[in-house]
Amino acid sequence: MISGADTAFILVSAALVLLMTPGLAIFYAGMVRGKNVLATILQSFIMITVISLEWVYLGYSMAFGPDIGGFIGDLSFFSLNGVTSAPSAVYATTIPQNVFMIYQCMFAIITPALITGAFAERMRFGPFLIFSLAWTILVYNPVCHWVWGSGGWLAARGVLDFAGGLVVHLTSGMAALASVLVLGPRKGLGRESFMPHSLPMTLLGTGLLWFGWFGFNGGSALAANGIAATAFISTHLAGMAGMGMWLLVEWLHRKKPTTLGAASGAIAGLATVTPGAGFITPNSAIIIGIIAGFSCYLAVNLKNRIGFDDSLDVVGIHGLGGIIGTICLGLFATKTVNPSGADGLFAGNAAFLTTQVFGVAVVGAYAFLVSLILLKIIDIISGGLRVSHENEVLGLDQGAHSEKAYNM
Amino acid sequence: MKKIEAIIKPFKLDDVKDALNQLGVKGMTLTEVKGYGRQKGHKEIYRGAEYVVDFIPKVKLELIVSNDQVGEIVEVIRKAALTGKIGDGKIFVLPVEEVIRVRTGETGEDAI
Repeated sequence: MISGADTAFILVSAALVLLMTPGLAIFYAGMVRGKNVLATILQSFIMITVISLEWVYLGYSMAFGPDIGGFIGDLSFFSLNGVTSAPSAVYATTIPQNVFMIYQCMFAIITPALITGAFAERMRFGPFLIFSLAWTILVYNPVCHWVWGSGGWLAARGVLDFAGGLVVHLTSGMAALASVLVLGPRKGLGRESFMPHSLPMTLLGTGLLWFGWFGFNGGSALAANGIAATAFISTHLAGMAGMGMWLLVEWLHRKKPTTLGAASGAIAGLATVTPGAGFITPNSAIIIGIIAGFSCYLAVNLKNRIGFDDSLDVVGIHGLGGIIGTICLGLFATKTVNPSGADGLFAGNAAFLTTQVFGVAVVGAYAFLVSLILLKIIDIISGGLRVSHENEVLGLDQGAHSEKAYNM
Repeated sequence: MKKIEAIIKPFKLDDVKDALNQLGVKGMTLTEVKGYGRQKGHKEIYRGAEYVVDFIPKVKLELIVSNDQVGEIVEVIRKAALTGKIGDGKIFVLPVEEVIRVRTGETGEDAI
């Protein structure tokens, strides 16, 4: 039975999630140097084309098509065959299936775009496109099926992920880790200043991401109901708590609170609450935001100590946020908030915590290994993932795209 | 005393600086410049419109050295800046009459 309210809400949520990709583009672009702004923006933007195409012909069917052995969907939805305005029998049964399809498409778009922050300012455009497409097919689609697909084996084990702590943030964080290891640091790391070229841009991007996140998490209820409201509120509270906590820790540790710290803390809180958003109380959401702000701050500082050049902190914020958030769900989940969820450790069910840790280990290891292998293979067959030394110094905007962000 | 002015490709700056540091060169001045030599400019096309880029970005290094160091330093710069392709740049050597350190008033080679 199709509900007009649910349909309207999910369509709007899909548009909100799409907006996160341009939001992410400028969030990242503000943090790079002035010579790599357009290249950074384009790496996110072009995912709209590459992944939407992939989603129509392969992705939706692999992730949400009829299950094969718990691991993958079959290809019977190729070219959206049979995906119509009639509701699906198993997913979001109160909205047309094509609404569910396009909503999920937006998640698939932003996930590989998130990875681009790790190899910002040094990856060639062609190999980047090949990697993103192959990664979505081999990592995103299967993991999405395991966790969210009908018959997916992790879902069958009881692993919960409300809006993408595992499917989006942990997978992209692990791919980011692999790409930093394979590509190596930017030239001049530790010798030159890599100061963000425009923090106002990054803060505006943060605002757009926060706004879009209401569609990302709220819409993941797949209906305009109280669970959507729970997720909406959790999202907001964790975002604000993450921003506050990061700033506070930074203030105490470095003597000055920074705007980049505020932006990073907000994103850390938003990412970390994502897996639990629709399963936890507002109080738990605030605690999760605080934990996120504190631990992601530590992770980003540690990165600088060990010379690990995750340019825009995808591992420290999204990877770690996905891990912490998924495990926190094992602690804080309660059926009093969402009867179709689970009870966590603090509601007396230690087994669910173990299940969540298992989910993190499986998805983390799979995403990391496949990403690493893909990058190594593409590095060889494409003639190198990295731009030439000359283009890296000149900047990717001119070197790869013959453009400049600022002509003054 | 001589002044060495080296105009090189921007991406070779680090290599040149490192090579000079190894020789013990104590300081230098850097300017971002644009220019062309025999390389000339080149045509670019953007959104269908053609335009000519006459002046190509380079960096100019300036350093003052004693006469007996000139040959060695010029050679080190040339080696470090070399790609073998057109547009590698030029090195100029000019006589310097006097050097004065502002802080102490020292002059001549002591002030380098």
